[in-house]
Amino acid sequence: MSIADSRLQFERPIADFDERIARLEAGAEGSPEAREQVRALRRQRNELVRQVYENLEPWETVQVARHPERPKTSDYIDLVFDDFVELHGDRFFGDDRAIRTGFAKLDEQRVMVVGHEKGNDYKQRIACNYGSAHPEGYRKAMAKMRLAAKYGVPIICLIDTPGAFPGIGAEERGQATVIAENMFEMSRLATPIVCIVIGEGGSGGALGIGVGDRVAMLEHSYYSVISPEGCAGILWKSGAYAEQAAKALRFTSKDLPDFGVVDDVIAEPLGGAHRDHHQMAASMHQYLVRAFRTLLRQPIDELLEARYEKFRQMGKYLERLEEEETATTAGQ
Amino acid sequence: METTNESASATSSETTPKFRPKRGVPEGLWRRCPGCRQTIFRKEAERQLGVCPECDYHWYVSARDRISQLLDEGTFEERFTELRPIDPLGFADRKAYAERLKEEQARTGLIDAAITGTGMIRARRVAFGVTDSAFIMGSMGSVVGEKLARLIELATEQQLPLIIVSGSGGGARMHEGILSLMQMAKVSAALARYHEAKGLFISVLTNPTMGGVAASFASLGDIILAEPKALIGFAGPRVIKAAMRIELPKGFQTSEFLLEHGFIDRVVRRRDLKSEIARLIDYCGM
Ligand SMILES: [Zn+2]
Repeated sequence: MSIADSRLQFERPIADFDERIARLEAGAEGSPEAREQVRALRRQRNELVRQVYENLEPWETVQVARHPERPKTSDYIDLVFDDFVELHGDRFFGDDRAIRTGFAKLDEQRVMVVGHEKGNDYKQRIACNYGSAHPEGYRKAMAKMRLAAKYGVPIICLIDTPGAFPGIGAEERGQATVIAENMFEMSRLATPIVCIVIGEGGSGGALGIGVGDRVAMLEHSYYSVISPEGCAGILWKSGAYAEQAAKALRFTSKDLPDFGVVDDVIAEPLGGAHRDHHQMAASMHQYLVRAFRTLLRQPIDELLEARYEKFRQMGKYLERLEEEETATTAGQ
Repeated sequence: METTNESASATSSETTPKFRPKRGVPEGLWRRCPGCRQTIFRKEAERQLGVCPECDYHWYVSARDRISQLLDEGTFEERFTELRPIDPLGFADRKAYAERLKEEQARTGLIDAAITGTGMIRARRVAFGVTDSAFIMGSMGSVVGEKLARLIELATEQQLPLIIVSGSGGGARMHEGILSLMQMAKVSAALARYHEAKGLFISVLTNPTMGGVAASFASLGDIILAEPKALIGFAGPRVIKAAMRIELPKGFQTSEFLLEHGFIDRVVRRRDLKSEIARLIDYCGM
């Protein structure tokens, strides 16, 4: 079963409604009863969409996050920002199209936008490797972020990748090293950084541009240590268990804020971002303006201290003192 | 960013890496070398620090053995033993993670995949950490990340050189989900502060060092050493093979491959590791 088919499965009742409405509208010819019927159907249809999208299973969320019509970094560059000036290349090996970087204006505020790009048609998707970046992509991202920090320009990272590219060239050019170095340097970069997972937050490939003062995610995106297929392949010994793995990994916006990993969830338009790019862009714009209003007022020292503490607190474990342990053993 | 790879599967939870029973080979006294397939008298290999006397293959050594090989006798003081792993997700695949943890602890005698503390290397005081690839493939979950972060902070406060020996086929531990991934950022951030405080971090890579461990602290050494022929990389060889649909070149993702491509400083044989580390600490004047 292809991704498109499985996506259609939970959207099928919605599509049926849309068809019925379209048929009625075509035959209505201005009759008041028919128009009233259409309005009633629309209300029912919207209620259904709301219900479907409020109760998505984790695996269905993955399908929404991968939806081909979901807005990409390039769409947000067009819709959220003005005056984008793209900056290319890592000054070392090449210009990875899987990550786009450049200056832009968020209203009057100068910002640096860094984002994974998946592409909107077949040709673009091939050119940018479906959003899987090579080491030169991460080097480019870091170089432009360094440039931004030098001039006190805040940074926005839009995360949307199935993962960093697994390939011979990627290994030869230091995929592990560049991801490590980006986290290392981003943790100390002296300018505010806001990261937003807009679709797929695929593992180390996401984290390579994912260290910031705020980490947000869109309502139907996911952020995971491994893809559900990869996890199923290793732990269930078959990719066919991806649905179970998706559930077990707890990577949707319903779980991640509780783990202290995601600060904010940005609501999507009814039925997902792919249904209304403009509304999605407006919500993101509003979120960014608010976030920077706070962050830009903070002294850099405090900002870096808070950034360190934010990641320092992540993780869940038990801390047991030796005495307690002895006491517990003695009491048994 | 868990990875899967051939070498790591030999140390998965289903098998005991050190004394893997082979048909016709009495367990304990003899071992089949994974490098040359010859049957080797175990005590002889142990005298060579777990290196095959026939082919120089560097066998798996446990975290405890690693400590006795690298630190001056009786100088290791273990720290952060109070940290215990839990199951934050309620994760279960074919086995519940909580159950898996108990089994791994019983089988390896470890609480989690890392041991941390302080000790002496040829009379030089160091902060020392080691991951054991036998415990859930040496993967990094919350406890490994927290132990390493605390170790790095301790090295920063006390201005100690920091040595971390990595053995991890598993990368970030997927059973702890996103929290494992975030350990990569946490430990890298701690290293960035240590770096600003002029600390010296010597990262020692052993077979295997993959995925989220390779893509975080293991690759952030001021100096990076690797044991010969260790498997080191970001994506597992099988993942790459499936993605590229081609055969992988010989020696791909080995220590020597990384040396050639400029990502590690030196390939060092196990018996020379201790003296090399001591010498490098002296050069850096810490
Ligand atoms: Zn041998």
